[in-house]
Amino acid sequence: MEIAIAEPARSPRPAVGGVPIERRSAPVIETSVVFELEDAEVYYGAFRAVRGVTMRVHEKQITAFIGPSGCGKTTVLRALNRMHDTTIGARVGGRVHYHGIDLYGPEVSATEVRRRIGMVFQKPNPFPKSIYDNIAFGPRINGVRGKLQLDEIVEKSLRAAALWDEVKDRLDKSALGLSGGQQQRLCIARTIAVEPEVVLMDEPCSALDPIATARIEELMRELKSRFTIVIVTHNMQQAARCSDRTAFFTAELDAKNDQRTGILVEYDVTAKIFSNPSDERTENYITGRFG
Amino acid sequence: MTAIDLRAKRSWRSTKSQLVTGLMIAAVVAIFIPLAAVLWSLVERGGGIVVAAFPDFFTEEIPQFSRRAGPGMGPAVVGTLLATGAATVMAVPLGVLGAVYLHEYGGKDRFARVVRFMATVMTGVPSIVMGLFIYLMWTIRFGFSAFGGALALACLMLPVVIGSAEQMLRLVPNHLREASYALGATRSRTILTVVLPAAIPGIVSGCLLAIARAAGETAPLLFAVGAAKAFNTSVFHEANTALSVQIFGNAMDVPAAQARAWGAALTLVLLTFLLTLSARLITGRFAMKR
Repeated sequence: MEIAIAEPARSPRPAVGGVPIERRSAPVIETSVVFELEDAEVYYGAFRAVRGVTMRVHEKQITAFIGPSGCGKTTVLRALNRMHDTTIGARVGGRVHYHGIDLYGPEVSATEVRRRIGMVFQKPNPFPKSIYDNIAFGPRINGVRGKLQLDEIVEKSLRAAALWDEVKDRLDKSALGLSGGQQQRLCIARTIAVEPEVVLMDEPCSALDPIATARIEELMRELKSRFTIVIVTHNMQQAARCSDRTAFFTAELDAKNDQRTGILVEYDVTAKIFSNPSDERTENYITGRFG
Repeated sequence: MTAIDLRAKRSWRSTKSQLVTGLMIAAVVAIFIPLAAVLWSLVERGGGIVVAAFPDFFTEEIPQFSRRAGPGMGPAVVGTLLATGAATVMAVPLGVLGAVYLHEYGGKDRFARVVRFMATVMTGVPSIVMGLFIYLMWTIRFGFSAFGGALALACLMLPVVIGSAEQMLRLVPNHLREASYALGATRSRTILTVVLPAAIPGIVSGCLLAIARAAGETAPLLFAVGAAKAFNTSVFHEANTALSVQIFGNAMDVPAAQARAWGAALTLVLLTFLLTLSARLITGRFAMKR
């Protein structure tokens, strides 16, 4: 599997008198494409949960999925690192390409995919192990054995997740003793400890208070220089604040069988979605007329 | 300003609450009485002979003539340890592996359903029937031995171990498995490093229960182990004995033998208690941090 490693493309941040200009107004530049979806759809058994998703996720940018509950945002996210493989009866159709390679091709290993495409879940889910062992878990399963090397990875990952100063004196204590916000940052540290290329985040702040949320958002902006981030969020302000591009999903009722199937309504640069959306449904949603 | 009354008002709801609380206390007492009575009669009647001949009661041979008063139960302790030990070695790994298959791999497959159904049926087989089965399949061909008894005990333990271990695996939250998969772990890796460590305290409890029940089984051992009175430290050769078998035999004999039966009963309870205690201490080290 050959992947061209592009230069880290950073969005320019012009500064006036040392104060960075509001990020949203910075132009979104084209970076290389990481995911290319064409007419992607996900089935749970005979039920089609999402259909017709066509979009491109760009490297080292934050892409946000927004939309009302039950519109398939999380379902599409989980299709990006083959998490559906673990659900009995789930099936992904259409084209889901990662750097030009079909993720669901016969020779692609799901574990290798997930090693490169990490995931942070809605509810913080640290293992009931020590803080150290939580972070070291990923590197260990990938064959890192040396104590010194592991120590270094643990410190680096915790620093990157802005958690090091809070936990450095209790690395051998249970991770379940941390607060919700700390647990979620631990999960982010655990994810980046295996040096993935992409970090998928499934409503990472929905169980957190506004202060913890602000810390995670700040963290995401820092991590953007190293990773491609795709985030599902219920919080429109969060999408507007953090993301470079936004995809708006909604659910469509099929009159024939009375089932709701998620569809991608509009995908564009975040500033455009929130100021001048092309689709009426997007406008209704962001102005709070429904959802 | 009118005073507000925040005191509880007497109502049908509070009366019901008191009534049910009373019933629950009565139920706890009702459970506790037989337990305490059993322990007390064991200590009262078996304590004498065990203390009088301490620690010889646990190490002396069983008297050839049951009318002779005094210790001991040494061969029966050895026999019980051999038979239940061998049964544990066979049933626990097999049972835990079976449970891992059923819950982590099989799920709702047809084969998994058949296995689960068979295990349930096997739980319902009376121990004497299992003893008869082993007698016909093993003892008639190879003669009495601790191993024959172990086979019968293992057959009795296996469905209990499978059932309780599967139950414990079901209690491991799925989000832990997902966290592991999302880091690129394979299924087997996830089971070994995340699922089993999280479930181990419960699995050990289930296994201990099965072992304790097996240690007290009498019927299948009568068929397969025999009732020797001398030490036999071999698992595979010659007739052996067990505490339960000695309790059974001596209890129907002269008073001197009956005293030994009570002593053997107390020994059996102490043995199970020690086993449970040590297993708890060991798993405390393996268990994940809560």
